[in-house]
Amino acid sequence: MSAAEDVVTEAPAVEAVPKRAMTLGTGTSLLVLLLLIAVPLFAKNFVIFQLTQLLYLGLAVLALNILTGGSGQFSLGQSAFYGIGAYVTAVMMEQFNVPYFLCLPAAAVVCFGAGFLFGQPALRLSGVYLALATFALATAMPQLLKLNFLEHWTGGVQGLVVTKPDAPFGLPMSQDMWLYYFTLVVVLAIYIFSVNLLRSRSGRAFMAIRDNEIAASAMGINVALYKTLAFGVSAAVTGVAGGLSAIAVQFVAPDSFTITLAIQLFLGMVVGGVGWLPGSIVGAAFIIFVPNIAEGISKGLSGAVFGVLLFAVIYLVPHGARQVAILGQQLAGRLRKN
Amino acid sequence: MELFTNQVLAGIATGAIYACMALAVVMIYQAIDHLNFAQGEMAMFSTFISWQLMQWGVPYWGAFIIALVLSFVGGIAIERILFKPLAKAPILTNVAGFIALYAIINSSAGLIWDFTIKQYPTPFGSSPFLGSQLISTHQAGMIGVTVLLLIALYFFFQYTRIGLAMRAAASVPESARLVGINTSWMIALGWGMASAIGAIAGMLIAPVVFLEPNMMGGVLIYGFAAAVLGGLTSPFGAVVGGFLVGIFENLAGTYIPGVGNELKLPIALALIISVLVVKPAGLFGRHIVKRV
Repeated sequence: MSAAEDVVTEAPAVEAVPKRAMTLGTGTSLLVLLLLIAVPLFAKNFVIFQLTQLLYLGLAVLALNILTGGSGQFSLGQSAFYGIGAYVTAVMMEQFNVPYFLCLPAAAVVCFGAGFLFGQPALRLSGVYLALATFALATAMPQLLKLNFLEHWTGGVQGLVVTKPDAPFGLPMSQDMWLYYFTLVVVLAIYIFSVNLLRSRSGRAFMAIRDNEIAASAMGINVALYKTLAFGVSAAVTGVAGGLSAIAVQFVAPDSFTITLAIQLFLGMVVGGVGWLPGSIVGAAFIIFVPNIAEGISKGLSGAVFGVLLFAVIYLVPHGARQVAILGQQLAGRLRKN
Repeated sequence: MELFTNQVLAGIATGAIYACMALAVVMIYQAIDHLNFAQGEMAMFSTFISWQLMQWGVPYWGAFIIALVLSFVGGIAIERILFKPLAKAPILTNVAGFIALYAIINSSAGLIWDFTIKQYPTPFGSSPFLGSQLISTHQAGMIGVTVLLLIALYFFFQYTRIGLAMRAAASVPESARLVGINTSWMIALGWGMASAIGAIAGMLIAPVVFLEPNMMGGVLIYGFAAAVLGGLTSPFGAVVGGFLVGIFENLAGTYIPGVGNELKLPIALALIISVLVVKPAGLFGRHIVKRV
């Protein structure tokens, strides 16, 4: 698949940069982290809400990145896991009065199970066939959530209203700000986990499968296990993102989790750079803010403007934000030499 | 039993729509090796062009031919201008390009022709076909056109030099280039043909689903499903897949309790996936041997 070519063509570019230049990457990450911590202190509640949205959508893009960028399996069904996560959280919070921070691990476990199980039949499929299978899952999910016998818990078509949690220990914070920092901590923890996962033995197994399944199995990797595992992990992370979204938006309804969401997440991954985890946040920013910009430029033609902007991005940087980062590193490396 | 036969007949009638669309999907898959998500929107736009021509007083078949030619040229233009520069980009970036194209065409059509539903004429009339209430002459005509199209494509690919060149460019691009085939233009030609076939599909479907910018959404999904079910490498498989999906969908809606219109699509897709799990390359697809 394409991701395989990426690595082949780009790996030398990274290595060509002297070791010192890596500090540029670390520096940028620290700066971004600092901004993420500091900005909400000076922003209005609506901006804080948007930043929260940025974080949890970034997390969902990251999950797809683990699956597609890591193990090379394409999925259009992420919206289904996102929906399951959101519903598990909402139902537990509202119907069973479980505190919100306990709902997220539950959402992760349920989604891991769902993803792992879905990964089983998906094992036989790859490429467009897998895309169709995951697509089927995405179209089925809103309908399944509307089913009558679940209505007692899910509220059917009407959905569920979720109460926003207050800041604990009497902290002088608005609900939005508390939720933002809570989300930030969760997202950072999962980000660090994911980076380490991809660097671990399992992560290398994912990438070996992505680059060449037959060679990977010849090297003794249990292809079936790692492929389904990638599905499970990705689904679990997506589920947490969905759970966070349910708390932040304070509402879940079946029609929030359609295929459109899955397509947005996919676009976010491409814009951020397939297989490059820090790009996820850039991708999330693209799918949140660019439609608004497009709407601002022309109301009637907002879809067309969005399309043109998307084309502009993929023309300039076909490998997404990752390409920008690599260019930046090379530039910095050259400046140092001179 | 009568209910069963009727539902199968009705399924064949809707299946013809899917078969048409699946044929266009397979055409482009043969040329460029991935699914074009904007295919349905391209077909919708072509249909709107023919409608506009008819509004200006051009007779049906005149508008049909002009729209066909314009779609062919338009398909080639889209490939040359938008997707040739992306030839070296990763596949997923190309897919993002298709989504962008989808958004552009859908939104432009909405602005030019607005979102109200429009009537679209049929050249076959809409009286019952051979006394059956389930298939109208239009639907019978649609099945006829699909079959004719399939035969024409078969002869094109099997017995013409350019058809052979297109097959060569799609299956072994490197060797094709060495024997002097301009593979880059073969891809453009594939886009043109897919766009023209899509236009035919759109003009045949429009009398049934009515003309509006979102008319192709559902149809394209079934078209994809049909193409994948039949095997993406086989135009014949695509047509068979289209009819099968149509029948599947109708029977599921009739016989499985609790399946309304809402659950028809997921059930049809689930069935297709179960078929794919057994036959991963589709019913009639060529199994591609992978090497290390």
